[in-house]
Amino acid sequence: MTNSDRNRLKDKAFQVFGIFCTFIGLAVLAIFLIDILIDGLGRINWEFLNNLPSRRAHRAGIYTAWIGTLWILLMTTVIAFPLGIAAGIYLEEYGKKSRMATLLEINIANLAGVPSIIYGLLGLEIFVRLMALGGSLLAGALTLSLLILPIVIVTTREAIKAVPRSIRDGSFALGASKWQTVWHQVLPASFGGILTGVILALSRAVGEAAPLIVIGALAYVPFAPASPMDEFTVLPIQIFNWISRPQAAFTTNAAAAIIVLLFITFILNGIAVYLRHKWQKRIKW
Amino acid sequence: MKISEKIIESLLWLSAAITILVTIGIIWVLLSESLAFFSEVSVVEFLTDTEWTPLFDVKRFGILPLVSGTFLTTAIAIAVALPIGLTIAIYLNEYADARFRAIIKPLLEILATIPTVVYGFFALTVVTPALQQIIPGLAGFNALSAGMVMGIMIIPMISSLSEDAISAVPKSLREAAYGMGATRLQTSFGVMVPAASSGILVSIILAISRAVGETMIVAIAAGQQPRLTLNPLVPIETITTYIVQVSLGDVPHGSLEYRTIFAAGITLFVFTFALNNISFWIKRKYQEKYD
Repeated sequence: MTNSDRNRLKDKAFQVFGIFCTFIGLAVLAIFLIDILIDGLGRINWEFLNNLPSRRAHRAGIYTAWIGTLWILLMTTVIAFPLGIAAGIYLEEYGKKSRMATLLEINIANLAGVPSIIYGLLGLEIFVRLMALGGSLLAGALTLSLLILPIVIVTTREAIKAVPRSIRDGSFALGASKWQTVWHQVLPASFGGILTGVILALSRAVGEAAPLIVIGALAYVPFAPASPMDEFTVLPIQIFNWISRPQAAFTTNAAAAIIVLLFITFILNGIAVYLRHKWQKRIKW
Repeated sequence: MKISEKIIESLLWLSAAITILVTIGIIWVLLSESLAFFSEVSVVEFLTDTEWTPLFDVKRFGILPLVSGTFLTTAIAIAVALPIGLTIAIYLNEYADARFRAIIKPLLEILATIPTVVYGFFALTVVTPALQQIIPGLAGFNALSAGMVMGIMIIPMISSLSEDAISAVPKSLREAAYGMGATRLQTSFGVMVPAASSGILVSIILAISRAVGETMIVAIAAGQQPRLTLNPLVPIETITTYIVQVSLGDVPHGSLEYRTIFAAGITLFVFTFALNNISFWIKRKYQEKYD
């Protein structure tokens, strides 16, 4: 065997290893999903979705948890969406070259790297204690909004950046002011990209448990929340609570609740992928 | 007309400035509660004591066991994610065709979108029992299983960031290597990976930072026993798990026990802040090397 044969063999071997590595993650993912489905699918029924939590596994449901998750999702959207987009617009369209903008940029990159549990500590001191919101939905939504704000800002900027200069120039040439240009031209043109980013950020927020545990969201909430000031639980916390119990019946409950959580996560991601695809197709500069 | 433009601009500015307030808030919260903590516990004890038992009768406040637990799970996660993630990045760039890449990348991204509490469930109910078949002495809660599952979670982080770095290497370098008769493997490891090393390094550092701050997987599967050990087979506790453990309990606000989570939090923050800034620094220093 010549040297070059040996090298070619090594090359082939690495190719096989490459395919193996590419698929091992996906294989593990498939095993996990199948395992979850086997464990939990039989447990999902109308009662499971509509029952309140209970000490007895077979009577316990996820009603309070998924209502809480929906509330959190909605409120986080209402808070983080306008704030993040406004900040993104400012950084991209207004304060581009100022020193303040550079500072903000570095700061946002740093915030994106702060662990979610630290945001929980921030929420605990500021929202729960200082603003006296307690372990309420509002405190939870504010905490998660701050957590996803960097993601929303960064994706907004990227979407706005993709709008070509000529659109703005055309608008200015017709006598539009800066804000008129942003509002009537730049935002509509970049909205698909912005929406995609926001939805991806929300799907991250839906799966978060740690910061909400830190601000004091409870595992056991006897009633579904009815207003932003009510105590709450969310699906990830309910799942965590059930996993922590030794009885096998609660593990089944956890698996069933995971199916519901994954369903919500995948729906959100699916919408994001669809929007991205649709906008990419429609808009050709 | 002019005035409303000004008002809108200041509102937009205000939204952006909130992010500065968030940073100030985080630092202020961590510092003020930690300073109160360190007025009762000496910094030397905190950094050198080998036991962490703030919730017991005999209280010891050494952060080292939590740091070692965090280090252990992070090291295992990187040991899993780095070889697999980097190989995927090289394979997709140098071997796979564009269509395969277009299909496989979004599929790999799914790994990053799954909530971490779900990974914790897998670690505890699937991976640990499977590992116990192979390793008889493995405890029900351990760093090995939690670390491995965390590694799987951060594969897409390393693979996609490294792939970006490798594909940013100018084509001419690759063509030169092929021109010299190098195989794809030789081109990859002899030319592309060294040329993209700063970007790959950035991806690894960001992955470490992510693993250090990861909470739910370790809280579920790695245990709640602070222990100064590098043995991956026994229950340990990470910094993040400790914060969760105290949050779930009934520790009165303002007590020393309550303040321990902020002392733990600031330790975590210092680690991730340092890692993130090292990665920014590398990125800025080496980014335009080939332009």
